[in-house]
Order: sequence, then C-alpha cells, then structure tokens
Amino acid sequence: MDKIKITIDNKPITGRAGMTVLEAAKMAGIYIPTLCYHPALTPFGACRLCITEIEGMRGFPTSCTTPVNDGMVIKTNTPQLQELRRGILELTITDHPYSCITCPTNGRCELQKVAANIGMKEITLPYIYKKRPTYRNDPFFDRDYNMCILCGRCVRICHEVRGATAITFTQRGIKTVIGTAFGRPLQESGCQFCGACVDACPTGALTERAREWAGLADRDVVTTCPYCGVGCQLSLQLKKNRIIEVLPHEKNEVNRGQVCVKGRFGITEFVYHPQRLTTPLIKRNGKLTEASWDEALNLVTSRLANYHKDEVAIIASAKCTNEENYVTQKFGRAVLGTNNIDHCARLCHSPTVAGLARVFGSGAMTNSIHDIGEAACILIIGTNTSESHPVTALEVLKAVRRGAKLIIINPREIELVRFADLWLRPRLGTDVPLLMGMARTIVDENLMDQAFITERCENFDAFKKSLQNFTLDTVTQITGVPKDKISEAAHIYATNKPASLLFAMGITQHSHGTDNVLAIANLAMLTGNIGSPGSGVNPLRGQNNVQGACDMGSLPNVFPGYQQTTNETVRQKFEAAWDVSLNPTQGLTLTEIFDAAHHKRIKAIHLIGENPILSDPDANHVRKALETLEFLVVQDIFLSETARLADVVLPSASFVERDGTFTNTERRVQRVRKVIEPIGASRPDWWIICQIARGMGGKGFDFENPSQIMDEIAHLTPIYGGINYRRLQKGGLQWPCPTPDHLGTPILHTQLFTRGKGRFTPLQYRPSAELPDKTYPLVLTTGRRLFHFHTGTMTRKVKGLNTLLNEGLVEINPIDADALGIVDGDILKVISRRGEVPAKARVTEWSPAGVVYMDFHFAESSTNILTNTALDLVAKIPELKACAVRIEKSHHR
Amino acid sequence: MSLHEQLALVLAPYRGEKGATIPALQAVQKALGYLPEEAISETAKSLCLSENEIYGVATFYAHFRFEKEGEHMVRICSGTACHVRGSPRIVETLEEKLGIHSGETTKDHKFSLERIACFGSCALAPVMVVDKTIYGRMTTTKARQILDEYQDTK
Ligand code: SF4
Ligand code: SF4
Ligand code: SF4
Ligand code: FES
Ligand code: FES
Repeated sequence: MDKIKITIDNKPITGRAGMTVLEAAKMAGIYIPTLCYHPALTPFGACRLCITEIEGMRGFPTSCTTPVNDGMVIKTNTPQLQELRRGILELTITDHPYSCITCPTNGRCELQKVAANIGMKEITLPYIYKKRPTYRNDPFFDRDYNMCILCGRCVRICHEVRGATAITFTQRGIKTVIGTAFGRPLQESGCQFCGACVDACPTGALTERAREWAGLADRDVVTTCPYCGVGCQLSLQLKKNRIIEVLPHEKNEVNRGQVCVKGRFGITEFVYHPQRLTTPLIKRNGKLTEASWDEALNLVTSRLANYHKDEVAIIASAKCTNEENYVTQKFGRAVLGTNNIDHCARLCHSPTVAGLARVFGSGAMTNSIHDIGEAACILIIGTNTSESHPVTALEVLKAVRRGAKLIIINPREIELVRFADLWLRPRLGTDVPLLMGMARTIVDENLMDQAFITERCENFDAFKKSLQNFTLDTVTQITGVPKDKISEAAHIYATNKPASLLFAMGITQHSHGTDNVLAIANLAMLTGNIGSPGSGVNPLRGQNNVQGACDMGSLPNVFPGYQQTTNETVRQKFEAAWDVSLNPTQGLTLTEIFDAAHHKRIKAIHLIGENPILSDPDANHVRKALETLEFLVVQDIFLSETARLADVVLPSASFVERDGTFTNTERRVQRVRKVIEPIGASRPDWWIICQIARGMGGKGFDFENPSQIMDEIAHLTPIYGGINYRRLQKGGLQWPCPTPDHLGTPILHTQLFTRGKGRFTPLQYRPSAELPDKTYPLVLTTGRRLFHFHTGTMTRKVKGLNTLLNEGLVEINPIDADALGIVDGDILKVISRRGEVPAKARVTEWSPAGVVYMDFHFAESSTNILTNTALDLVAKIPELKACAVRIEKSHHR
Repeated sequence: MSLHEQLALVLAPYRGEKGATIPALQAVQKALGYLPEEAISETAKSLCLSENEIYGVATFYAHFRFEKEGEHMVRICSGTACHVRGSPRIVETLEEKLGIHSGETTKDHKFSLERIACFGSCALAPVMVVDKTIYGRMTTTKARQILDEYQDTK
C-alpha cells in the first residue's frame, strides 16, 4: 500500500493513499470538529466545520473531502479557522432550540461537543423556531426535526448502507426537512427500524424513546446477538447494572456498526419481561406449580434414570451456547447412553450439511459475510436475505453499489429484487431443473472453468451426462422461466468472477432439499467459484447458534466436530476422554423422535429451549406426540407453548445472564458475555445440564465455568482445537482453527477441498411431494419476517415489534384473491390435508399467482399445522416450503 | 383508461432507468397535469426506487405539483424587474383573494397560483400570465378585476 507522508499541526504523520485529511488526522489522534462526516458514509462536505488550511491550496478545504497528498502541510486549529467555524456553527445553531440542558441526548450530542471545542458559549444571532414537524407515534424512536441540523447523516445511512431509502430530504431552501413521501409514518415508508439513522444523528433530533431519560451509561459490554445466525456484535449499555440501551458494535468483522431491529430494539424488553420463568415448575394434578431446584432436579434425575437408553431422547437447542450444546450431547451420550439427540437444524440446513459434506467435505458456509461485498456477481436463491439475515443483506447491497451483478431466483418478489439485474421467478420446488438448465447453458456455451474442473474436481463426466435431460425447452416447461432468462442468468453467473452464491431455507426445506444443495454445489464448481475471496457456496444459517449446535454434535450421528459416532477410532477417543463406553448405533432424527414418541417407543424427552409445537411441520402431530410421552422436561426462559406440556419446567438464564460462545453462520466463534445476574432463580443451561448429569452419576460434569468447557471442546474437537476464551477476548475466530497459533479460516477449500476433490453429482428432477390438485389448488410456502424471530417466544414480548406486526398474515396474489372474492384484511381459513388455521389476508403481488405465503411466528395462526412432513431421504428434512392448501373466507370477521 | 394504465403507458420508456427520475416525473406531470400519490408510487416502482426518494426529488423542484391544477393557471412573475415594480404586492393580493398560498390550488379547482421566474417581458413589468394570456403593467386592482372576469366566464 502506498505510504504518504504529511504534516498536520507540525506533527509528521504517515498515511495511506486514498485517505482523506480528516481520516489521517483521526488516525493521529488530532481532533477536527465535524458534523456531517460519518465513517460509514461517503463524504458529503456540507457542514464545512472540518475546514483546514493546507499550504499551497487556496481557501479552506474541507478535510473530510480532501485526499492526502505526499508532503502536504496541514493546519487544523488556527485562530482564523476557529473563528470561521464559530460563524458556521452559529448559523447552524440559531434555529436549534438552545436548551441542551433539557435535551434527551444531553451528554452524547456531537453538536454540544463541537460547540465546546470551538469555545462557543452564547449565540449572538436570534433564535428562530422552525415549526418543523415532530413524530412520536412510530415504534422505538422519536423524531423532532426542530433539533435537526440537516447534516444528512440519517438520510445517507438509510440510503447508502441500509438500502431502505425510507427517509429523504424533502422540500428545498429554508423549508428543507427530512421526511418521508407525503409525510407518512415511518411504518408506511419502508423503514426497517434498524436504528441506523438514530445512531448516526449527531443531535437530539432522533432518539430512542425507551432510553430518552435514562442518562449516560456507566459501562458497556460487547456480546453476540441472540437472534439470528449473522451473529452481530452488540454493545450493551449498562447503568447501575441494568441494560439501558443496545447499540451496534463498530469494531468487528461481522456487522461493523450495523444491526437489525431485533438486535437494536428487541432485547431489553424480553430480558426484563415479567413473564420470564423465575423458578422451576413441576406438574402436579395437571397444573404446573412452583418448586425448588432440589425438588425439580431430583424429580428429573430419578425419572430419567427409569428409562432404557432407547426410550429417551434429547432435543437440544440452536439458541444455546456451544458449551451448553457440548455438555448436552455429552450428557445424552455418556450418561443416558443414547445418540437420540437432535435439534432444529434438522428443519433448516440438514440438507446443506449432508449435501456439502458429501461433495466438499464440509457443510458450512465456505466464505465470510464480509467477503460477499467483494463479489462481482451474487446469485441469491431461496433466501429472503433482507428479512431473514438483514445485516448480511447489507453486504449484498455494498457489492451492488460497487457494480456487482445481482441475480435473484425466488418465486416471491422479495425486497432485494429492487436491486437486481435479473430476477427469475420459477415455480415453487423446481430449483433443480432451473440450476441444471443454467449448468447446461454454461457447458454448452463453454463458459465453464475447465482448469478448475480438471484439477480440483471429480465425476464431471457423469454430471455432464445427466445434463442431457435438461434442455432449455424442458427446463422452461417445468420451471415456467423463459429460456432467455435462464441463459442470461447462466451467462452473468459464469462470466462475472468472483461469484458468490447465497441460499437458505428456500433451497433446503424440500423433500428434494439435498438435491437442491447439490445442484448449487455443481454450479459453483463448474464455474470455479470456490476457494477464493468473493466466491463460494454460502448457506445462511438461521438461528444464532445453529452452526455451533451442529459443530458441538447435537446431532444423532456425530460427536463434536462432525466426528462420526459409528467410527470406531473416534468413539474410542471419546470413550477414553469421558471414561465411559459409548453407544455405537446412530440415533433418531428430530422428526423420527416425534414419530417414535407417537408410537410410545420414545417415552421421555429432555427438551432445551425449543418450541416444536410452532416450529415443526404437522404441528398437531407433534403436540400429540409430546402429550403421549410419559415424561417431558423443558428448559426455557419463557413458558413456551411446548413448555406448557412439560412435567418439569426448568427456568433458563437468558443470554445476558451467562457466559459462553455462539458460532455464527460464517463459522466464527464469538463470545457471549454475562452482564447481569440471572433473573429470579433462573440458571444457565450448562449449569442445569451438569446438575442433572451429576445427579445421575455422570462423570466429568464438574465444570466451574464455560471457559473450562471450551477447553474440553478444544481438546476433543480438531476444528475448535485452537480456540479458548483468552483468544476470543480479542474477537471471534473462524473454524477450522486447529491450533492455538492458528488464525482461523475465513475461506474454506482454498487449495484442496476438505475431502480432497470436489465431487460433481448427476441429478434428476423430482417434483414436490404434495402438488396442488382440485381440492387443494394453491401451494403454501412459509418463511420468516424481519420484525419477529422464529416462534416469537422472545420477539413477541417486545411492544414495538408487536406494533409493527402482531398477527399471522397470508399473502395472496390479486388474481387468486379476485377469484375467491377476497379483499385485503379478510379473515381466511387456510386448509391443508393436516389441518386448518385462521389468518388475515394480505393481497399482494409479492406472491405469484397460485402461491400463498405465511410466516410461523404466531401461535394463533400456527402455520405448521398445515405443513407437510414428507422427508428428504438423505437429510430427513420435512418439506416445509411447499404443501397444497385451499383457502376459504371465514364467516366471523 | 384508468390512472394505473395511463401511468404504465407514460412510464414505459423509463422502466428500470434509475437515473431517469426527473424526466419520468416530467412526463407524468405532462400527462396528468400534476403528481398524485399514485403517480409517485408508480414512478418509484418503475424506476426501482422508493417512493420517498421520488418524493424527495419531486418536492425539491418547484416545477412539480402534487395537486390537480386549477382550471386557470395564474402566474405572477417574480423576476427582478417585476419584483422591483411591485409583483410581491400582487401576489399578496391574489393570495388573499383566492384564500391560498402561491403554489396551491383553490378548493373549487378554479384557480392555481404560481410565482415564476422572469417571463422575458420585462418592459411590461409587473407581469401576470393567466393560462396563455399575458397581462402587463399590473396593479392590484387590475389583477383582481381580471380574476373576476375569469371567475364569471364559466
Ligand atoms: S430506522 Fe433504518 S430504515 Fe428506518 S429510517 Fe432509520 S436508517 Fe432508515
Ligand atoms: S435528523 Fe439528525 S442525522 Fe438527520 S439530518 Fe437531522 S441532524 Fe442530521
Ligand atoms: S441481523 Fe441477526 S444477529 Fe444481527 S442484529 Fe439482526 S437478528 Fe441480531
Ligand atoms: S464534516 Fe467535513 S464538511 Fe461536514
Ligand atoms: S422580471 Fe418579470 S418579466 Fe422579466
């Protein structure tokens, strides 16, 4: 990198080419007052406070827009500059209510800081009250534009970084004001409520309502967001040991100062919610009643001890830490003697893990989130990234702004379509033919990366042969996508390198989910898009720690680190370490566990932090299965729909009340830090499991803290071999990280695939298990929404999030709606072969004709009563993304 | 033709052209005479931008209007010559008479009032233009009388 030598205020400084004078000064610890500058934004040069004197340059160049040049001599703080700044600031402040003492931002306002630096105490110009609008009715934050200095930081961050363009400059001249189209509320303006504008605002114009009068924090602690798999780093602001605000953390590799509404505004309320479980509960005469820890633990240990190892199962949790998952599977395997351990990963990315492990040797995201921003082409298939992985979507936008091509494949018109160069809208469940059609075009037109295929892959010829069945005519017929679009997509993807491929549950939750994943892997290998920056096959994982729960072996077939339970050497290693003999037979998967419970083969389940009654397909079946059990233990922070069925409920501490680690979607192991004491008598899940294990005579559960558990994990899990809490103190580490001096692995398969050669797989088209027919003419597909998480156990405790969305909606295309005489807001019955649920109609072109869409956040419209349990043969994932339904208007409105 | 169809037709040449906000808005205003909410939202959709962005641009230029134009467009010149010769008083008078601010339209949609930059007939300053007719050497009385005439004819 080019070094540049400059002098600022007589201090010699070495900068880099491309830096601005302001950045160089900041680096050297020299303060220049600024108002419109923001590190995440392109320079604006509007406020003119950052003026400097530069030898050989005329006038007073603004340091935020002036690049450094070798030999520059800069002055930042001459009396003349300060005088000019005072004048500028006076103009800014004359129409600013000059009553900082009573301002809610007092102490954090940049305007105050700047004024103090310039030495401005009183304003000579008369104060003009602008009579600008104030808005206090939107969730989470207030806007009082009388305090606005029109620096544009909010607008620019909303446009440049968030892509939401929810606010903008309106009017002009003296009437200029920040606002929305027609002054509509933010809720109707496409606002994501990410809070980025609030964080960027240098004044009190934008303030978070909940913390307005909370004053200044006395300490802050960095931790990992408990919601989704992006793994944003949050900075918890505490005052007298109470969390008063949650801010995005700036200096990290994951979210770099950005978060979504759930992380920003969705935490404090659930943590301190009055409905948190604060004491163990035992079911007596059909009623859950309060009990002591001793009572509850004794009951659990004595009851569980009664069952044969094949009669019990553990449902672990992707919400819990790595350490908790580790002790959970250890408890199951070493104490209960069973491999019947699984968790909700079965329902999300099991095909990814199964498929990619088979052809690449590792089932995880190959590249990093930040790396997506480097791509020249991004192909997004089966993920509504801006709703499900909001901060990952920001990297996509960044790449697009840099000129990357964006291809979206999705039957629904998702938010990102607005930014796409090409949008393909295939029929639901036809991804394999579509991807094979693209592959065929690439092969036919010789756009593939021949060198990569020959050197790094195998089985290409068999794959090539299987492409014969996928002529563009056939593919168009099956998918409904026009031929020229398929070939255009193939061209864009193959010729703009590096190309990154993102996918999520729209790919996996099918009875042919593994085939979908393999089709993606084929396409990436065909074009050599593996192993280099900006490329890759990138499954976006849903839950905060679903990657970690899999890594830790909360799966029926593997120990931690994907070491097969059926492998003799591996088993001996764990037997030696745990000092027990271990069960060699593979355990049951999640769906199989519920079936076995139904048939009374499984009699007791220990369930941690999951809510399968809402999250799993054919929910009625799941409920019956759980009711059939002789003994059900549930650990959770709230009395979830599932916990209500339990014989014993054990109150868990929330993520701010325990130490641990989460592994995010890009394999980055990051710290979760205890900042407050557990609420009531709740306890961390690792502690609870260890108590039960010890109570049942288990050895090796005497951990004093999660750090010790991590040491044991590192010892037995090669991919985590170099990870310990001391190292994590400095920031996350991406596995594989085999040794204490290894720096972690941002990109997989750079030289060789983990399994050696990448393997092409020939594929066939298999339609979805349940296709629409006369009785059930529509296809139902499901997903998540930005404002809630999963079954809503946490997010539905947050008032503002409920204001944004508080009921299950069924999205239906105007064509179908017309045919059924449905208008927006009608209450509908959605009926499948398995049951029916009520939901409110939202008539929208986002859904294609013939397809309706629902989320699964709301117990009142429990979507998974409808969904199909048809399984993918390899990964045993149910077909949550497609089932046949019929819609009727409900009579009672 | 419904408003929706009309907009689709007018916006067709601009589809997907993110940089075409101003020409697109001009075309819409030419076709409809003003920019109703639906026009903003359709323009946003066509250009793959948000309604807020379009609205921001539209409000920046005085040229764009958000209400249907009145039957008669009354324009008062605010160029230097006219200004010096008293056009502000004429604006005031008419604002008062019509009960609207300049840039607005009367409730009965009879008149819209606008200020314009130099009309190029400085010799006649102050100048008022109603629809396509130019009236020179305006006084407040004359301006009132002229509007009364327009009020009476239909
Ligand atoms: S909260 Fe986020 S999306 Fe909404 S206006 Fe602010 S920056 Fe834009
Ligand atoms: S609201 Fe805040 S960030 Fe936005 S322009 Fe005004 S002062 Fe700047
Ligand atoms: S994107 Fe995910 S990890 Fe980041 S703040 Fe939102 S929910 Fe939390
Ligand atoms: S900070 Fe440089 S002009 Fe505002
Ligand atoms: S100033 Fe009015 S016509 Fe020139």
